[in-house]
Amino acid sequence: MREVAILGVGQTQFGELWDRSFREIGIEAGFKALESSKLSSKDLSALYIGNMASGAFIDQEHVGPLVLDYSGLAGHHIPSVRVEAGEASGAMALAQAYLAVASGAYDFVVVGGAEKMTDVPDERGAAIASSTMDQEWERVFGASMASLWGLIARRHMIDHGTKREEFARLSVLDHENGSKNPLAHFRNKITLEQVLGANPVAEPLGMLDCAPSSDGAAALVLGPLETARKYTDTPIRISASQIATDFVALMHRRSITTIDSTVIAAQRAFQQAKTDPSHLRLAEIHDSYSIGGLMALEDLGFYPKGAAGKALSDGAVGTGGKLTINTSGGLKAQGQPFGAVGIAQVAEIVRQLRGEAGPRQVSGPEMGLAHNVGGSGATSIVHILSRVN
Amino acid sequence: MKGNGAGIVSYGTYVPRYRISPDEIGRVWGVDGVAMGKNLNIHSKSVPSPDEDTITISTEALRVAIARGNIDPREIGALYVGSESHPYAVKPTATIVAQAVGATPNLTAADFEFACKAGTAAIQVCMGLVSSGMIKYGVAIGSDTSQGAPGDALEYSASAGGGAFVIGKDHIIAKINATQSYTTDTPDFWRREGQRYPSHGGRFTGEPAYFRHVTECGKGIMKAEGTTPADYQHVVFHQPNGKFPLRAGKMLGFNDDQMRYGMVTPWIGNTYSGAALIGLANVLDHAKPSERILVVGYGSGAGSDAFDVTVTDEISHYDHSIGTPVQKDLEEGISINYSIYAKFRGKIRLSGE
Amino acid sequence: MSVARFWRETLRRYNLGASKCPECQTVFFPPRSVCPQCTVHRKSMTKMEPCQLSGKGEIFSYTTVYEAADGFEMQVPYVLALVKMAEGPVLTGQVVDVDPKEVHEGMPVKATFRKLREDGDSGVIHYGYKFAIVRSPTASK
Repeated sequence: MREVAILGVGQTQFGELWDRSFREIGIEAGFKALESSKLSSKDLSALYIGNMASGAFIDQEHVGPLVLDYSGLAGHHIPSVRVEAGEASGAMALAQAYLAVASGAYDFVVVGGAEKMTDVPDERGAAIASSTMDQEWERVFGASMASLWGLIARRHMIDHGTKREEFARLSVLDHENGSKNPLAHFRNKITLEQVLGANPVAEPLGMLDCAPSSDGAAALVLGPLETARKYTDTPIRISASQIATDFVALMHRRSITTIDSTVIAAQRAFQQAKTDPSHLRLAEIHDSYSIGGLMALEDLGFYPKGAAGKALSDGAVGTGGKLTINTSGGLKAQGQPFGAVGIAQVAEIVRQLRGEAGPRQVSGPEMGLAHNVGGSGATSIVHILSRVN
Repeated sequence: MKGNGAGIVSYGTYVPRYRISPDEIGRVWGVDGVAMGKNLNIHSKSVPSPDEDTITISTEALRVAIARGNIDPREIGALYVGSESHPYAVKPTATIVAQAVGATPNLTAADFEFACKAGTAAIQVCMGLVSSGMIKYGVAIGSDTSQGAPGDALEYSASAGGGAFVIGKDHIIAKINATQSYTTDTPDFWRREGQRYPSHGGRFTGEPAYFRHVTECGKGIMKAEGTTPADYQHVVFHQPNGKFPLRAGKMLGFNDDQMRYGMVTPWIGNTYSGAALIGLANVLDHAKPSERILVVGYGSGAGSDAFDVTVTDEISHYDHSIGTPVQKDLEEGISINYSIYAKFRGKIRLSGE
Repeated sequence: MSVARFWRETLRRYNLGASKCPECQTVFFPPRSVCPQCTVHRKSMTKMEPCQLSGKGEIFSYTTVYEAADGFEMQVPYVLALVKMAEGPVLTGQVVDVDPKEVHEGMPVKATFRKLREDGDSGVIHYGYKFAIVRSPTASK
């Protein structure tokens, strides 16, 4: 297996993009990524697109060739692969594209993630968002996605003494960071009191513990590391790309307060990258619900189980702390276009490692981690990226 | 009609947990609800949750009966559900109940409808099948989630609940000595196909309807059996409100003590097809061996079914600890206001429905 | 939801039909055709034994839902719980007829038969298990 580098990144605005269609945002992200490298579309061996639910959101399946077609590449007849892994579809597409390049099967590929979520009424959107849980044994019985994370949060509080305010802090942190990201869905700052006082959704989670429904797309250009300098001055190495899975339904898992798929994916990723959590100071973590972010800090190995809440309260996580997370604004503030999330997380790490993150730039990071989760934890994907010196 | 050895092997009831008072209903319609409640002798009535209906109530009641009697559901040869609020106009309640208790597929099943006496009619059919030896166990269920039109007098009484009786010949806790019916064409209360709420003939529901049928039927069975009110320790009537059965009892010569356990409507309202059966269940919850019970059901349209019942020694070994005793349902509940009641009963329609 | 899709799960949803691994004796709900505990799948494949849950369990975790799953709007706020059944499996289900403030971890519950959803005013009605609090069975007098 050869080493793989990211040669370019592109991302659209995240948010309610009333005037833009699915294919438009997909194309925009892809072209931006290509333009940021020295490659052109004729150099591409394949296109990968992470997308969770285009069939449900816009009645459109077969989006692989669709995006390729409207990118003007139909005549190239290259493979275009749509990848689905729930809310982890983006990182799953990257993982597949990574393997294709690492194996030598393809040289240059664009891997994108896109979701158009605002073309359906809110209730329908919530129903589609629930489609990554077990439909027959969770949803039929009244479970919403927020309620599954509510069950997790309650049990985390029972087992580990975690306090409601502790996971609420993640939303405050995300909005603080999002305020500095021009592509973020939300750029307003919020206070702890606002999070705690927001309308309840699935207790103990309130409205401001939940990431929004957003439209958006992001894309990366991948190629072999050995020739990367020909196409960009700042290639970023994919040091690890690891996937782990678990039982689909929350009720069947070994534990509901540890996302085992995250633990395993992280262990494999640290092993592949020959590093460990103590060497990482930068991460984009999956916090579709604030409690998920808190648990990710534990399950990725940054904190022992039960210790992340205190770390958040103490300010150990965040700008100026020992670990900086979600400079993009995370899922809560940057937004949550399902299929695009995993790619956008990696795009943000790339910007940080290249020193292109503007007002939210962390000083001198060498490495960064991206963590994308599908469902209530049935799929976790961890990527570790590093600078090429 | 003689019982020919048929009797009650087991029974169970189910009453939804929510309660609303006449006072609260009256508050909404500008009526003195306290006076209305006094007039009807109703302190509160049961209200089903939005996820409860005749099928769920019947199933819960029958599950209790099966567990108490330690009955193998595969030995149930017939299952009939009497109700005037079957959730489907076409598609039996009985098949769903039978499936949910594990009685399928080797049984006959059907839904009965005869206003409030469909459940007692089902007992009579089961008696025939059992005593003839055609089946081992027959299940008769009377269950309803009835509605009165908003503001109508019925709204103060129409409630939800049900009783399930397993009829058989062996190990009976109560022997049905005889049954008798009294049936005429009397249009006192009806609901036309497709209508949401029932209509009634106002005061016509009294003398020519309820009282005539109940008293004639009661007199008829006592005459046939050669008994007098003094021979019975307990009497149970259909109870559309808390007042009619008391009056019917007096007309037939029963005293308050005999009616004590059979009266359940004052606390849970009129459970329609469930009313007489829940009353009988409460009596059986308290009865001792060899006590005699007279049951007289009533259904509008109109008819009465009477049963002459004697409690057996088996009741001493009967497992009352399973399920909820009726008394507990009479004493407990979760009080709700009219707004919640209206939401629960589908009186508030959501957009897009 | 199509009629058949719900109907084929009736045994499980109405009667809590489960399955048991003949090797490790672990009970699974819904029933599985292969045991996830026994690492050699061939040992349990096609050999899983049908069994039935008693319906008794206790609350493992719970949440009060204010933003309903579609079809549950009329019941908001409702309690959703993970219930650890006496036989071992954990089930997801509503806890009915309870003040959310009363609910706590370890609370004994039992399965009860309720409507799960209706396909509009004219479609079929789906039934299945929910959970009710176990209250003392004896009346106060």
